[in-house]
Amino acid sequence: MSFRGSEGQIHPTTPPLSEPSGWHDISLTVNGEPVSAQVESRLLLTDFLRHRLRLTGTHVGCEQGSCGACSVLLDGVAVRSCLTLAVQANGRDLRTVEGLAGPDEPLTALQQAFHEQHGMQCGFCTPGFLMSLAGLAEHGGTPSSDELDEHLAGNFCRCTGYVNIRKAARQAFGLPGPEEASRG
Amino acid sequence: MADGNSSRFFGRSLARVEDDRLLRGQGCFVDDLDIPNVVDIAFVRSPYAHARILSIDVTAARTMPGVVAVYDGASVVDRIKPLTNSEELRVPEGIAALNPVVKIQPAPILAVDEVNYVGQPIAMIVAETRYLAEDALEVIEVEYETLPAVFDMEAALEPDAPLALQGEADNIGVYVRHSIGDVAAGIAAAAAVVEETFATQRYVAAPIETRGMVAQSDPFTGGLMVWSTTQTPHRVRDHVAESIGLSVDEVRVQSVDVGGGFGQKGILVVEELLVPFAAHDMGRAVRWIADRHENLTADAHAREQVHHITLAADADGYLLAVKDRIVVNLGCRNMVGLVVPYNALCHLIGPYKVRNVDLEATGVLTNTTFTSPYRGAGRPEATFAMERAMDRLAAKLRMEPAELRERNLIRPDEMPYRTGLLDRRGLPQEFDSGDYPEMLSRAVDMIGLSEFRQKQELARHEGRHLGVGFALYLEMTGLGPFEGARVEVMPSGRVRLYTGAPSQGQGHRTVFAQLLADALGVNLTNIDVVAGDTASIPYGVGTIASRALVTAGNAINQAGGLLKQRILTHAAEFLEAEVADMQLEGGRISVKGTPAVELSLAELIRIVPKLAGGSGSDGLSETSYFQPPNYATASGLHATIVEVDPATGRLDILDYVVVHEAGRIVNPMIADAQVVGGVGQGIGGALSEHMQYDDQGQPITSTFMDYLIPVSSMVPDIRLDEIVCPSPTNQLGVKGLGEGGAVGPPAALANAVEDALQPFDAIVRSGPLSPSRIRDLVRDPNHS
Ligand code: FES
Ligand code: FES
Repeated sequence: MSFRGSEGQIHPTTPPLSEPSGWHDISLTVNGEPVSAQVESRLLLTDFLRHRLRLTGTHVGCEQGSCGACSVLLDGVAVRSCLTLAVQANGRDLRTVEGLAGPDEPLTALQQAFHEQHGMQCGFCTPGFLMSLAGLAEHGGTPSSDELDEHLAGNFCRCTGYVNIRKAARQAFGLPGPEEASRG
Repeated sequence: MADGNSSRFFGRSLARVEDDRLLRGQGCFVDDLDIPNVVDIAFVRSPYAHARILSIDVTAARTMPGVVAVYDGASVVDRIKPLTNSEELRVPEGIAALNPVVKIQPAPILAVDEVNYVGQPIAMIVAETRYLAEDALEVIEVEYETLPAVFDMEAALEPDAPLALQGEADNIGVYVRHSIGDVAAGIAAAAAVVEETFATQRYVAAPIETRGMVAQSDPFTGGLMVWSTTQTPHRVRDHVAESIGLSVDEVRVQSVDVGGGFGQKGILVVEELLVPFAAHDMGRAVRWIADRHENLTADAHAREQVHHITLAADADGYLLAVKDRIVVNLGCRNMVGLVVPYNALCHLIGPYKVRNVDLEATGVLTNTTFTSPYRGAGRPEATFAMERAMDRLAAKLRMEPAELRERNLIRPDEMPYRTGLLDRRGLPQEFDSGDYPEMLSRAVDMIGLSEFRQKQELARHEGRHLGVGFALYLEMTGLGPFEGARVEVMPSGRVRLYTGAPSQGQGHRTVFAQLLADALGVNLTNIDVVAGDTASIPYGVGTIASRALVTAGNAINQAGGLLKQRILTHAAEFLEAEVADMQLEGGRISVKGTPAVELSLAELIRIVPKLAGGSGSDGLSETSYFQPPNYATASGLHATIVEVDPATGRLDILDYVVVHEAGRIVNPMIADAQVVGGVGQGIGGALSEHMQYDDQGQPITSTFMDYLIPVSSMVPDIRLDEIVCPSPTNQLGVKGLGEGGAVGPPAALANAVEDALQPFDAIVRSGPLSPSRIRDLVRDPNHS
C-alpha cells in the first residue's frame, strides 16, 4: 500500500509492526518518481518493490542470486534485487519493468521483440530478461551475437528453451537472427 | 470447424494475446495479489530422512513478534483429512485384471509421530510477514529419534531393507506386470540378444515460479476463495472442500497467471490443504509461496527409474522379444500410483512392432521426497532405456542404428495399430495415426547421416570425436475422462469462454480463442478466455498429460457450434427469417442474400430475454463436455550430432533436429515453441540436472547453484520439421504436444555421446552427461 504525498512523492505505508532489526529512512527514484520510505535493515529490495510499492512486475524465482528473474536497473546497471537490500537503494535511481513503457505508451522495441519472436511463455522470467537486456543496451553499445549470447546466460527460463529469447534479443539489438547468421 | 466452415484462425501463427500485460510487468501471479492484511506462512520441515518425533514444542514460537498462529500435527490431525491424490490412484478395470499392487498411503497433513523424508512439513507458522514467520521457525523445538532409512530404490527391495514408512509390510508402493506372446521363445530364437541396465536420475521440474497459494474466507458465505498456481483447479477445490469439511460449492479455486507447471503443480501437496484451512480457521487471508529451497527439496521430484531391459532380434534386426524390469523410486510414499510406472511401461516399445513382450514395473518407497509426473511422466525414462537398448543392439548386429529402427517401425498402412497391450485406461492400446518411417527418413536427411559418417571417420583420424544419436518416441495424448467449455455472449456482445484447463504459459488465451472464433464466426479480438476458475464451470480436470488442446479444444469447438446454432435461432425469430438462411460471420448476424439486414451480438443479447424463444432458455450460453474416445497418439524423432572432448569431458551439440507429428496444428508458432521448450528441459536433464542426496538422505542439490537447469548457452538452435497425420479420435484432428519435446533429448544425446566415444568402447547407462561423467566413461568404459 502506498499513497502519493503533496509534493508528488510516493510514500509506501510502513507496516505497523516492529521488526527485530533497525529501521532506516530511504529516499530514491523509482521509474523516475521520487520515493521516501522507512524500511527494516533486512528488507530485500525485491520485497520493498513488490510488497511496499506494489511494483510486482519484478519477480522472485530463487532469492539465491541464480535465476535473474528479479533483475532491476540500479543507476542503470542490472542487479539482482533479491541480493540487494532496500537500504542499498538509498539515494539511487531504480528502474523496473514497469518503467520500460508507460501505461499508455506502446511497448519498447525490446518488449515488442519478445512479443513478435514469441520469446516468452509463462512470462515469469520475462521482466528479468528485459531488465538485464535493457542494462546491456545502456552500457554495452551494440554487442556482438556472442556477447549477447553470453549475457543471456545470466537469466533462467524454464519454458522457452531460450531459442526464441535469443531471436528476440537479436532483433532488439539489430543483429541477424540465427538462421540468417548460419546462412550468411 | 464446427460444421465444416472454412477456418479463419485455425492453423495461423497468431501472436499471443497474453503478452502485452506480461511484458509490462502487469501480469498477476499468485504472489502479486494485493490482499489486505494477508499473513504469511513458513513451514518447519524435517531435517531427518527418517525419524520418530518424540516431542514438538511450539510455545516459544507463539510468543515471537508478529506470529499469528502456529499449527502442529496434533492441532490439525482431527481437523483436516490426510491427503490422497485419489484421481491418480484409481485403478481402471482393465488394469485391475492384471492384479496390480497399488497401496493407498495418505500423506499426513503435518507429521505427528514419524517423518520419512527431509523436508516433510511438521509445523506451520502464520505471521505478519514471511520474515517474522521464518524468525519463529528458529525457536520451535522438535525432539527426534532417528530411524533406519533407505535411499537407493534397489536396496529398498532387498528383503532385509529398512522400512521407508513404518507400518508397511515392505517398500513396494505399486507393482504391475503385463506380458503378451512368448518372450522366452522369442529370446531362444534370436540371433542377437542385448541385456542391459539403463537408469534415469532424479529430476525436479522446478518452474521458475514456485508453488504458491493465497486463501481468504468469504465474509458473506463462510466459504473460501483460493488463488492457486495449480494445473488442476477443480481437483484442488474438491480436495480442499473435502479435507476441511466444506461443501464443494463453498470453495472457489482460481488459477491466476502461473509461471510454468510441468507436472510439479499438477498434483496436490499437503501445503495446499493447510493454507485454505488456516484461512478458514482464522478468518484471515493467508499466503504461502514456496521458496526455491522448498521447491527443490520438499516439492515433488521425478524421473528416477532403473530399467533392466532385454532386447532380442533375428539376424536382420527384426525384434523378436522385449523384456523390461522397471524400478521406479516413488520417494516417501505412494502419491500418484501407477501413473508414472504404467506410463513408462506402456510407452516403452514406442513405434516398434514386437509381439513378445514382458514388462514389469515396481514403484519403491525410499526416504526421499515424494515424486510426481514431470513433463513426459515416464516416457523420457522409458525412451532412454528402449532407445539406448536399440543402439546397443545395432552395435551388436553391426548395423546403422537408423536402419535397425527403420526395419522395426509400424507402417502407416497398419494404422490404427493395436499393440496387444493395455493402455492407461485398461483398454486395448491403439495408436490412431502416424507415419514413423517418413519421420525417420526426414530426420536422416536433415541430419545428413551418410555424409556425417564420412565426416566422423575423418574427424577420428584427427583425434576429434563426433557422434550422432537418434531417439524415437510416441506419446498417447489427450487423457480423459473429459474437459468442458462454457461459452456465452456477454452484455457488451463480447464472447467469453470458460474452461477447466488453465495455462501455465502454453498460450491458452490465444489458442482456445482461435478455436472458438472459428466455431462461432466471431473475431479473435472479441473473445475472452477464463481458464481455471471453478466458479465459472462446475467440472474440470486441468492442464496435465498433454491433454488441454485435445480435450478442452474439442469441448470448445462443440460448445461454439452449439452456441452458434442458438444465436442463429434467436436471430431468425427476431428477423423473421428461416434459421437455415441465417449466418454469423465476423461477429455480425445476417440473412443470406440480404446483407443489409444485420444484427450484432450486442444487439441480439439485449433482445433475447424479450423474444418468445428467449422464454425458458438461458440466453446465449452453452456448455459442452468432450470425452475423448481414445488417445490421440503423437510422435517425435530427435536426432543430434555432438562433439565430445575426451580430455576435458566437454560436450558440444553441433546439430539438433526434431521431426514431430501432433495432428493438425492450431497455432504453429506456439506449437513449435512448446516443442523447443520441451527440448530445452530435456537437454537439461540429459546433461546437467540431477537431484542428489548424500548417504544420510540430505538433499545436496538444494539451490540453483547445485541443481543445474540449463541456461541459454546449453540449448542450441533447434531445427524443426513436422508431419501432419490428423487424429481420427476427435473432430479437430488435433493431438497433444506439450510434453513430447522433453522425451527425446536424454536418449538422443546419450546415443550420440556413446557413438562419439565408440573408440573407447564406452557404454552410457545413465545421465546426466556432465563433463566429469564423460571423463569417467573415457577412463572406465563400464562406469555406470
Ligand atoms: S530471484 Fe533473484 S536471482 Fe533469482
Ligand atoms: S517463459 Fe516461463 S520461465 Fe521463461
